[in-house]
Amino acid sequence: MTRTHVRPPATREAPAEPGPSRRARGGPGRRGGPAWHRWSALAFIAPLIAYLVLFYGYPLYRNIDLSIHDYTPRAFVQGDAEFTGLANFADVVLSEAFGPALWTTAVFTLASIAAQYAIGLALAVFFRTSFPLSPVLRGMFLIPWLLPMIVSASTWSWMLNSDHGIVNSVLSAFGIGQINWLTSPEWALVSVVVANIWLGIPFNLVILYSGLQNVPDELYEAAALDGAGPWKRFWHVTMPLLRPVSAITLLLGLVYTLKVVDVIWIMTVGGPGDSSTTLAIWSYRRAFGTGQPDFSEAAAVGNLLIVLALVFGVVHLYLQRREARR
Amino acid sequence: MTRQRTWWKTALGVLLTAVMLFPVYWMVNVSLTRTNDLRADPPHWFPRDPTFEGYAAVFDQQLPNLTTSLLVGLGCVALTLVVSAPAGYALARLRTPGGGTIGFLLLVAQMIPSVVMVMGFYAVYVRLGWLNTVWGLIIADSTIAVPFGVMLFTAFMSGIPEEILQAARVDGAGTWRTFRSIVLPISRNSVLTVSLFAFLWAWSDFVFASTLNRNGDLIPITLGIYNYIGNNTTQWNAIMATAVVASVPAAVLLVVAQRFVAGGVTAGAVK
Repeated sequence: MTRTHVRPPATREAPAEPGPSRRARGGPGRRGGPAWHRWSALAFIAPLIAYLVLFYGYPLYRNIDLSIHDYTPRAFVQGDAEFTGLANFADVVLSEAFGPALWTTAVFTLASIAAQYAIGLALAVFFRTSFPLSPVLRGMFLIPWLLPMIVSASTWSWMLNSDHGIVNSVLSAFGIGQINWLTSPEWALVSVVVANIWLGIPFNLVILYSGLQNVPDELYEAAALDGAGPWKRFWHVTMPLLRPVSAITLLLGLVYTLKVVDVIWIMTVGGPGDSSTTLAIWSYRRAFGTGQPDFSEAAAVGNLLIVLALVFGVVHLYLQRREARR
Repeated sequence: MTRQRTWWKTALGVLLTAVMLFPVYWMVNVSLTRTNDLRADPPHWFPRDPTFEGYAAVFDQQLPNLTTSLLVGLGCVALTLVVSAPAGYALARLRTPGGGTIGFLLLVAQMIPSVVMVMGFYAVYVRLGWLNTVWGLIIADSTIAVPFGVMLFTAFMSGIPEEILQAARVDGAGTWRTFRSIVLPISRNSVLTVSLFAFLWAWSDFVFASTLNRNGDLIPITLGIYNYIGNNTTQWNAIMATAVVASVPAAVLLVVAQRFVAGGVTAGAVK
């Protein structure tokens, strides 16, 4: 999902152009030379470094430690687990659940980001032309992104309730019989994908909209003069110019969607059976979802997930750098 | 002709927004529905005979949880600001050794799946006995906001004109004094943005709360709603009323700071 973890804006308030002034900094101040300056820089950055080591580094280290030992719940507290190397990873990858979980993860992720992107782009193009109320309505589109996940997910759960949900009620007006959205294996994944698409539209809309702001109007005018209709202008002006922004949006969406836990867990708990169990849900369930936690297996799945996320993350960073250089 | 066209667009825009926000409307609608109307078929599209019994239940049962969430949110704001504002200044204006590496680490940190962070924190907290504590949750929740805060502060503080800082230095202000009396006041919009997001993310957090704090006496509101769903599936009006109350910070944030929100989402993703 795409709500937390956004990146800082190069906001309009902050023209982030270090420019020539960069050279001036560190110049001879009253308190002396560069050496002193370096010490004060360290003092300012030290809390962050301590923070990163303690609250990122150490938990991550513990997580790797979990995945290469055989931690029973007892050993978990006492810390005397047996070292097993990569056996946990082998168990996970070779288990029968791995293939289906990978497939569910792929379907959930790809279906979510494809639809979020398509709808977000359509809305961005729609909102690009100014009309009365446009900014207000665009602001209201942010609401799903800001709501606590538990709020959105439980609302969707009740809307999709088999017996009393509004969705089935509307469908029955069209002669479609009761669908067990959350409780049947064939619909559970569809349901969480739909809810997740809804959650991700605001993010895609905002990023693509701001990308569209950078497409000069003259290009559209020139294309229109050359006789290109709206459809042609979209495919031959908008899409090519938006390609870098699109790539970044999709990759970020991918990284964020891979790690979604809450919306699936709240709506279906990964079930029924394993029908909506992604890798992230698998990991969460093994660690926290059952009476008998298996932290080693959960950590192994989690570490596979990190690798997957980082692969796409690095591609994203590469594209972003290249974009920044242009 | 153009006038007609734009009105047509406004109508379509309103319609699209209505479709998009239907779940939000439905949450409010259900929260006002009487318990024996919840199972009406078809469901009532409007709260014909609105009741506040759901909201009464919220204030009856959820007040401690709301307080916990408020506490966690505020603690998270404080911790995030204390760590990220000086770091942003150091990365933007002071020649920090290894600054590039730290920036890269922050980007990577945001990509780590929360389920992994949660397990690591759980393993650490079990040993320390920090499970089910408010400060434990504050620390865990702040990991969502700190990378964002540092990057936002860095971006903004790089844009502060050098002349201002130079003037402070000439007047004899040291680095700390310059930071506190010049840089922070100029950066108040960034402080506001970071605070709002840190609060909202801590307030909304489910994954950390449901693992690090599930047996505590003090549970946040998100977990309150979750337990509600688990225990008591007949009282959906009360659940939805709690959800409405839990959405208040999001609404406030949208009204108070919409342009910061959009800026926060857009982020470095584009520029």
